[in-house]
Amino acid sequence: MTDSMLIYKIILCVIVFAVSLGAAAYMTWGERKLAAWLQDRVGPNRAGPLGLLQPIADGIKMIFKEEMIPTHSNRWLFILGPSFFMLCACMTGVVIPWGAGWQSGETLYPMQVTDINIGLLYLLSVVSIGVYGVMIGGWASNNKFALLGALRASSQMISYEVAMGMALIALVMMTGTLSLKEIVAQQDAGFANVVYQPLGFIIFLICAFAETNRAPFDLPECESELVGGYHTEYSSMKLGFYLFAEYINMFISSAIMASLYFGGYNFPFQHELGLDGNVLTAVQTAVFFGKILMFIFLFMWIRWTLPRFRYDQLMNLGWKVLLPLAIANIIITGFVMLFTGKLG
Amino acid sequence: MQLTNRSIQVVKKELTLSERLYFPAILKGMLITLSHLFKRKATIKYPEQDRELAAVYRGQHVLKRDDAGAERCTACGLCAVACPAEAITMESAERKKGEEGLYREEKYAKIYEINMLRCIFCGLCEDACPKEAIFLTDRIVPSSFTRGEEVFGKDILVESMTERVDVSKRQTPEVLSFKNDKKHKHNQTYLDRKN
Repeated sequence: MTDSMLIYKIILCVIVFAVSLGAAAYMTWGERKLAAWLQDRVGPNRAGPLGLLQPIADGIKMIFKEEMIPTHSNRWLFILGPSFFMLCACMTGVVIPWGAGWQSGETLYPMQVTDINIGLLYLLSVVSIGVYGVMIGGWASNNKFALLGALRASSQMISYEVAMGMALIALVMMTGTLSLKEIVAQQDAGFANVVYQPLGFIIFLICAFAETNRAPFDLPECESELVGGYHTEYSSMKLGFYLFAEYINMFISSAIMASLYFGGYNFPFQHELGLDGNVLTAVQTAVFFGKILMFIFLFMWIRWTLPRFRYDQLMNLGWKVLLPLAIANIIITGFVMLFTGKLG
Repeated sequence: MQLTNRSIQVVKKELTLSERLYFPAILKGMLITLSHLFKRKATIKYPEQDRELAAVYRGQHVLKRDDAGAERCTACGLCAVACPAEAITMESAERKKGEEGLYREEKYAKIYEINMLRCIFCGLCEDACPKEAIFLTDRIVPSSFTRGEEVFGKDILVESMTERVDVSKRQTPEVLSFKNDKKHKHNQTYLDRKN
């Protein structure tokens, strides 16, 4: 790796980090606005024009709140919980290709922090490590509600990760690679993967909702039953970290869905526009963010429409419906590949 | 035994396939919420935008003066008797010589207090008043930090001559003639009934 590439990667790292944090901040604003609109209200409109300074005001409020650590809690684990959750949320962004790359002279600077050949596995593993943040936090709080919330979170995440992984296996069979860059690049030539894997996409979508603890699968928080769920005892910025990391997770899973199933930064007829390489990359990045926004809108739209699942319904759906469907999807994909001669 | 004809027999029928699939119902619900995205917002942005009140809105009370600036209230206590929430208290006093410009009748209310936390804004005081002295207006009672501040005395209730309170919407000629119509039993005094 040359020096200029190293510097570029570091800058890109910072940008990805900043963008996902900024996006998460403004998603809280967007969520409140959208919730208000769907309920015939106006939403935050006092802080700045259209309430756009609201996330900053919220952040300042969070920081200045009194920081409470319960006496009976395990102090180190209590601090470790939200930090870990936030860390895992921020780590997922590095393998996502945000655009094709910038051409500067001879070298191509890719719009991806790192293209590891096991990108998908990396994503799955980081996401599943993320549940430890919730578990540690709930356990360290030494509080019944927090523990129940943490238990629910971990069992939910484990259940839905199985179906999620199975849905991805069909995709990997089709694309033949685990690298996200490859998967996105393949979709440049043909259709987006959702055309070939509609069932897989729906399973992945449902699992993504469960993995990010979003409604209708927000049982770990479940205000009406568990006070605040795993973050009942948390206050100040530690609570902020939990809430914030959830939005980052949402942003990242939207990005993953967009790149795995909806062609990532590619868009139809992109090569017919006659655009120069770097301009095309800029347009592609914008298109990619548009796709991400669409998914975020879907996340929020569903949250403000559907009521929460009951816990047994959640488990039934995960194990008895989604998992068999995902396995059937693998088998169907296998047969289709066998008969169309696309095997190997 | 059937008590009313509104009872409905509960039927627990099997769900159809489309119902068991969830998705049609979910889509239907999502379309409903989406349609609300484009509806007119119900919010009134209060400090900038005032809510339109009905012509007969019953808000903060006013004790009227007559056109010469004398208080109309004679402290008869009918409003206090009529008040179902027992929010009104008063103390009467005799008018002294030289105070004719201040009080219209020989007797006046030295203290007149309405507890706004007790008041239910029903308007019965206004109906009971024989002197057209108390009215409810379209002003909203402001909030306060203590309970004591919500007991409004004469300093707040009596209108000032520089900023007179318009009650013409509440006291239309029809209302006035109705209140003075001795045909109705509730407008008769014991003297009227004796005749």
